[in-house]
Amino acid sequence: MNLLEMKGIEKSFNTVKVLHGVDFILRKGTVHALMGENGAGKSTLMKVLAGIHKCDAGTVTVKEEQVDIQSPKHSQALGIAMIHQELSPVPEMTVAENIYLGREPGGRLFIDYAQMYRQTEELLENMKVHISPKEKVGALKVADQQLVEIAKAISLNAEIIIMDEPTSAITDKEVDNLFSIIRNLKEQGKGIIYISHKMDEIFQISDDITVLRDGQYVNTWKAEDIDNNILIKNMVGRELTEIFPKSEVPISDTILEVRNFTLGDKFQDISFTVKRGEIYGIAGLVGAGRTELMHALFGLDRRDKGEVIFDGKTLDIRRPKDAIREGIAYVTEDRKQEGLVLEMSVGQNISLASMKELSRGLFINEKEESSLVKDEIERLRIRLHSPKQLVKSLSGGNQQKVVLSKWIIKNPKLLILDEPTRGIDVGAKSEIYKLMCEYAAKGNAIIMISSEMPEVMGMADRMLVLSNGKVGGELKRSEFVQESIMKMAVSHI
Amino acid sequence: MGKSRSKQFNIKEFLAKYGVILGLVVIMIFFTVMKARFLTVTNMLNMLRQASINGLLALGMTFVVLTGGIDLSVGSAVGAAGMYCALVARTETGMPWYVALLTGLAIGLLIGTVNGVVIAYLRVPAFIATLGMLSIARGITFMASDAKPIPGLSKEFLVIGGGSAGIIPIPVLILIGVLIVCYIILYKTRYGRYVFATGGNATSARVSGINIKMVICSVYMISGLLAGLAGVILTSRVTSGISQNGDGYEVDAIAAAVIGGNSLSGGRGRLWGTVVGFLVMGVMNNGLDMMAVSSYWQLVIKGIIIIGAVMLDSLNESR
Repeated sequence: MNLLEMKGIEKSFNTVKVLHGVDFILRKGTVHALMGENGAGKSTLMKVLAGIHKCDAGTVTVKEEQVDIQSPKHSQALGIAMIHQELSPVPEMTVAENIYLGREPGGRLFIDYAQMYRQTEELLENMKVHISPKEKVGALKVADQQLVEIAKAISLNAEIIIMDEPTSAITDKEVDNLFSIIRNLKEQGKGIIYISHKMDEIFQISDDITVLRDGQYVNTWKAEDIDNNILIKNMVGRELTEIFPKSEVPISDTILEVRNFTLGDKFQDISFTVKRGEIYGIAGLVGAGRTELMHALFGLDRRDKGEVIFDGKTLDIRRPKDAIREGIAYVTEDRKQEGLVLEMSVGQNISLASMKELSRGLFINEKEESSLVKDEIERLRIRLHSPKQLVKSLSGGNQQKVVLSKWIIKNPKLLILDEPTRGIDVGAKSEIYKLMCEYAAKGNAIIMISSEMPEVMGMADRMLVLSNGKVGGELKRSEFVQESIMKMAVSHI
Repeated sequence: MGKSRSKQFNIKEFLAKYGVILGLVVIMIFFTVMKARFLTVTNMLNMLRQASINGLLALGMTFVVLTGGIDLSVGSAVGAAGMYCALVARTETGMPWYVALLTGLAIGLLIGTVNGVVIAYLRVPAFIATLGMLSIARGITFMASDAKPIPGLSKEFLVIGGGSAGIIPIPVLILIGVLIVCYIILYKTRYGRYVFATGGNATSARVSGINIKMVICSVYMISGLLAGLAGVILTSRVTSGISQNGDGYEVDAIAAAVIGGNSLSGGRGRLWGTVVGFLVMGVMNNGLDMMAVSSYWQLVIKGIIIIGAVMLDSLNESR
């Protein structure tokens, strides 16, 4: 039986058409992956289903009954639940209070707490999840918060559950746990719509795969009938011969030497060297201390102990300004929180770290600024209407390119990239990899932190594996094997 | 506006951007219809002279608000700066007018600097730090003169607030000068860009190598300095140092900034909005006075306008 049929869905915002007659069918007891690059229309399609947007044309049939979804509440009543990418629990309230928020058991005035906690406990037990109903949600890990959201969906008797990038912020072990819960839901006859950019996950968990491209329906396959390459080809609409355009670059002398970096329980006694022309990968599980280490190196955070020798000099880096002056740049992990100023224009974001170079005395040289910005936008192929456009109106991939170009125009000798391709689509990823290779080829060094193992293995010349704040090991490119990396990553846990 | 092909959403966008100007025009038409004397050169110049003090405070407040802060102490800074410059400007001291002016500016800058250091370096929230300063500066003002008025100021000094160059009142000239300088600082200098960046996203700004503590500290110094200047003008205009001077002025200054569309959460704002904002406040004060509306009602009406302007702004935001 089909739980859901969407046929010929069309949607325009103002005059821009974002969905051109999309079809989507969800079978009972299956996981259906919805794939496509950013801007392909996945989120819009799901928002139509969740009642956030109304479609302009097309039909939606839920459990063989045609419906016209009016509002999020209506969608919920039809048995549709959406687990958002950015979770929205009330952190100061308990698990049970969050699950029953707005529909607390009890009378008109008072909440029947005993019943609420009992129901929650049953719910979590059925999911085989060990979380206390009385725990405050804010104290839970992201992965557990997600499970609470899923429990909430189940408690609403949702039969169609939409999961938007559920694994973007959780560890591999937690992913396994999530997948076993998803399989459990399948057995109960529920249908899951699963949105993710991670290929290996898609093939692990899904039964059907639908690809959208530029708001168009491309096709739907059974997962076993399709492979990685065909999928990517259909998503980007062209053959990606090489996802990782790694080129051979002459690697010369050492540019950075880090000695005995230590900060409390975050990381201890870490030493490594990076050479010119090299892409140096830093791998490890979430919480291994990779980002903290880079923060300390860049002066965003303090350290208890440790020396930096850069370009032949011993440096005393106390704040980002010191690092930038010496030719070190840091593209942070979270572009919205730490990389961009969303209320400023694309051009102003690109030039933000180079104001000094672009000024005569106190005054900004606007001519020089706009010509530099224009060149950068062309060189990095940032897609936009105008450099004066606010940066928040760009897609994730283009935003990431803005952050990158902000630093590349300063020509740093060492470029630190923290999760440079998180949450962006395959096409943009590949472009960023190309930029990295070009940059290293000019004799600069790159440090790359990534949670995506294939990415580090594809791009790095050498790799440092951190484990629980300590060095788990260091590998040369010829030694990159997934199993040995994993072994090192857990060696100090 | 008024183009035949403009669609509904264009009108909405237009209103969100230029609604304040439209509001100002509507208010002015209203007063013109009600009182023939309203739209005359004499009255407009008089209105601007009155509005110039709030204008200076609102310009300073714009810098503060752009970084996501607030300065509640400007009213008290006006009082303190005005009182100390009055003490210097008395005829019996024999001091030239510019020493009195510099005294007032120094007092304002000092108050702003203390605010800035406490907020940026000692990490006290701006609301609390400047609330405390509101009380401290007022207390010091009372102490300076034992709460007594200081009359008998030198003739030259009285020109600052009361004189005119041709038909243009000196305070209006000062305001225009300060406005031009503020425009250049905010839109043409590196520092101005840093103010926007710090308010928009302090973390991103810091990662980009901007000294955000210095930026935050400096906006309170600017606000304090302009409050000092406003205090000097006010003392000169009322021809004596009065310890209650400037009481409650922070309300009009914050109102002008938010009516102009500057977001109190920082990063989003525009200088011309503030200009329209203090003109709205000035026109209201002047027009309601002419219509002999009681000052109690004026307070109520002003409050409604502040809330209404921000309400329209946030309704537009959520769309």
